[in-house]
Amino acid sequence: MALLSGPALAAEREGWNLTQGVTAISQQVYDLHMTIFYICVAIGVLVFGVMFWAIIRHRKSKGAKPASFHESTKVEIAWTLVPFLILVGMAIPATQVLLDMEDTSEPALTVQVTGSQWKWHYRYFDHDVAFFSLLASSPEQIRNERQKRDTYLLEVDQPLVLPVGRKVRFLITSQDVIHSWWVPAFAVKKDANPGFINEAWTKIDKPGIYRGQCAELCGKDHGFMPIVVIAKPQAEFDAWVQETALAQQKAREEEQRLLDMEMPMDELMALGKQVYDSRCGMCHQSEGQGMPGVFPALAGAEIATQPDRLVDHIDIVVNGKAGTAMQAFGPQLSLKELAAVVTYERNAWGNDTGETVQAAQINAVKSGEDL
Amino acid sequence: MTDTTPDNLHGDHHHKPRGIMRWVLTTNHKDIGSMYLIFSFTMFLLGGAMAMVIRAELFQPGLQLVEPNFFNQMTTVHGLIMVFGAVMPAFTGLANWMVPMMIGAPDMALPRMNNWSFWILPFAFLLLIGSLFMEGGGPNFGWTFYAPLSTTYSPDSTGLFVFALHIMGISSIMGAINVIVTITNMRAPGMTYMKMPLFVWTWLITAFLLIAVMPVLAGAATMVLTDKYFGTSFFDAAGGGDPVLFQHIFWFFGHPEVYIMILPSFGIISAIVPAFSRKRLFGYSSMVYATASIAGLSFLVWAHHMFTTGMPVFAELFFMFCTMLISVPTGVKVFNWVATMWRGSLTFEVPMLFAIAFIVLFTIGGFSGLMLAITPVDFQYHDTYFVVAHFHYVLVSGAVFSIMAAAYYWLPKWTGHMFNETLAKWHFWCSVISVNVLFFPMHFLGLAGMPRRIPDYALQFADVNAIVSIGGFAFGLSQLIFLVVVIQCARGGAPAAAKPWEGAEGLEWTVPSPAPYHTFETPPDLKEVRDGH
Ligand code: HEM
Ligand SMILES: [Cu+2]
Repeated sequence: MALLSGPALAAEREGWNLTQGVTAISQQVYDLHMTIFYICVAIGVLVFGVMFWAIIRHRKSKGAKPASFHESTKVEIAWTLVPFLILVGMAIPATQVLLDMEDTSEPALTVQVTGSQWKWHYRYFDHDVAFFSLLASSPEQIRNERQKRDTYLLEVDQPLVLPVGRKVRFLITSQDVIHSWWVPAFAVKKDANPGFINEAWTKIDKPGIYRGQCAELCGKDHGFMPIVVIAKPQAEFDAWVQETALAQQKAREEEQRLLDMEMPMDELMALGKQVYDSRCGMCHQSEGQGMPGVFPALAGAEIATQPDRLVDHIDIVVNGKAGTAMQAFGPQLSLKELAAVVTYERNAWGNDTGETVQAAQINAVKSGEDL
Repeated sequence: MTDTTPDNLHGDHHHKPRGIMRWVLTTNHKDIGSMYLIFSFTMFLLGGAMAMVIRAELFQPGLQLVEPNFFNQMTTVHGLIMVFGAVMPAFTGLANWMVPMMIGAPDMALPRMNNWSFWILPFAFLLLIGSLFMEGGGPNFGWTFYAPLSTTYSPDSTGLFVFALHIMGISSIMGAINVIVTITNMRAPGMTYMKMPLFVWTWLITAFLLIAVMPVLAGAATMVLTDKYFGTSFFDAAGGGDPVLFQHIFWFFGHPEVYIMILPSFGIISAIVPAFSRKRLFGYSSMVYATASIAGLSFLVWAHHMFTTGMPVFAELFFMFCTMLISVPTGVKVFNWVATMWRGSLTFEVPMLFAIAFIVLFTIGGFSGLMLAITPVDFQYHDTYFVVAHFHYVLVSGAVFSIMAAAYYWLPKWTGHMFNETLAKWHFWCSVISVNVLFFPMHFLGLAGMPRRIPDYALQFADVNAIVSIGGFAFGLSQLIFLVVVIQCARGGAPAAAKPWEGAEGLEWTVPSPAPYHTFETPPDLKEVRDGH
């Protein structure tokens, strides 16, 4: 055992072993993992040892004559019972850890986690804070056209922020397909099932930045929906919540003010391109060409070029299209962003309608009014 | 079915069609066995080519060769082809060739159905592969086709996928019925159940598993079909359905399915190890009981694939305990093989080399299986490369290696020639080294946190992925050696004796090599051979 734990520690340092994580549970899970691993190694050494002994010593070329035994009830009972007892020995601690993990009672804070193709949404219960969290690595980095950072594919625009030392409960669900919310450092992995809510919890010991990924195949960009959690001391966390709640409040007021404003074309186009590239381009592709049979093209599409289809265009962006991968962006983007992205789609890639779309028009469609 | 009696079979011997029609119309178990095996190897190379695409894309971080949607099609179709096109038909081919010869029967019991069950397979795979060329691409939702990814969000070709799966299922069920009827009705006088070779036993049990679970798969696939095209909501929460229901149905099929892919291997290894140890199989009857209890338990563990799906803690405990329990009969098998080798008189011809590699590497897969059974830790392993490593150890260095071992063991009987031993040894050593370079480091990737089914990954996984890819290319190329060995052996080579392996036991070695087109037209005299085991 001592001989083996050396390499195991080295493996962990090199990041080749399971993480010990930063919670009491993740530490227990790690210990369980190592215990079972060592038991397997011991059995393996024994069984393979006997086998290789036979391979070396009982060769015909060494003049070995075959023995004639071919059964032994005693031996056979022994090697049925002993493994069974070993398993009982494994099952006891495993049951203990599992019961702890599934006890989601009495949380200090609850966060709702919602997966959708291909991003996470977080909503804090009891606080007026909610936001989306998207991959921050750029398409250029993915296409190897720009230097990748160390956190490549494990970085997001808005990380989840959590307090340390308090029991946080996650309510996990999905808007479309099944996703799975996984942060190895907490030993939390729970599927996000559409129409159902799963529970999980964690209590983080150390402040820091913890990264994870979606762990259930969820379509084309399954590999591109990371999770980043920043764990802060309670006081810092409280300050962050207040600040964020205030900022989100301000943004909503700003929205209302915008309704009376006309934004110029170049401003709309610049913002629109930004929104398009981060939200729409993953399906409709960077030049609006789409993917035949999978995602429709927008370049040259009637809906994005005909003046009488403007309402349809805004409607599908705001409300999505049920039963397809086209989700409702109304709840995800601000009026300004929606106006910008629709403008962009109507003027980029040779669509050149010359029309601008304003926040007020978006708001009208959103609230079901005629334009 | 009167035409299964030797007298009637004799009839078609004389006007056997020639050319391609000989193969299209054949009802001979040896012809059909060969066709299954050739088909299986073709699919193995095709599925392997897709694996090469996957490993090439994963050689470096970033997207280089394929875009993510195509990548997902490759992983999906690779899995489907390997499971339903390579491993399962290979076992059916082996059963066709060997079961009648092992039990002293003239042919399979239902020869015309046998012809059908083979000939619908190529069409199933043409549909599946053809769907890749449709607009929108082929299936891209993983071989597990979880709803709603496979319903609401799937490509237009999904109907073809479901149809292909149905045909594969019908083929498997027909093959299984044939095996059961043959074994229960056509054993030579004196071939009692407890004298049957273990390959026959394991296939009998496998056939019952197939009949039990293939209809379940068909049900799941049909519900996917109606959800997608006919407005039902079995798996759609918005319509009152339940996406998790899909997983329960799928894995109720899927777990027995993984045993369908390994029980016949146990039979093969139980034939080869005694042969090259020159010693009877240790614990014949406990082997039979262990196989039966593995098969029984396999119906009680399906939800161990779904620990993270969210279920009551009581259910998690139940499935954890049952899964752990499966290691007991599995362990018994391994111990029996080792005890068979113990104090034998061992030689290491190529079939034995593959059998030994099987025992070691399958056991490693069993250990990782046991680790995965531990629910709280499975939360960390699930859907990572650790699982990918686990099932490739049991399926590639397990099932596939046993099939290779079987092919080398019985090739002299099939072709009448000895194969090129040197080249075959090259095949073995290249395979056994590369398979470990390919799959062993995947354990580390999984532990370090790399999810499965992703086309691109974080930078810390880069070095190990490069090694894995190199192992993958090496393993893929190594299989071409096998192709050469088999073609050479079919065309010529040193003539093989009726019993080319000194220690081999069983009825198949009492007939000449190559085995005549019709064998055991009159039942063999079982006193000539010792018990089948
Ligand atoms: C000691 C015996 C075994 C045990 C205890 C065991 C346990 C497990 C567990 C718990 C999982 C689920 C892992 C996860 O997704 O988190 C799993 C996956 C799997 N196992 Fe095993 N296993 C054993 C033997 C086998 C054998 C013999 C085969 C096939 C020949 C096999 C094939 C598979 C496959 C294909 C998967 C992955 C399915 C997928 O998600 O695509 N296992 N095993
Ligand atoms: Cu996802």
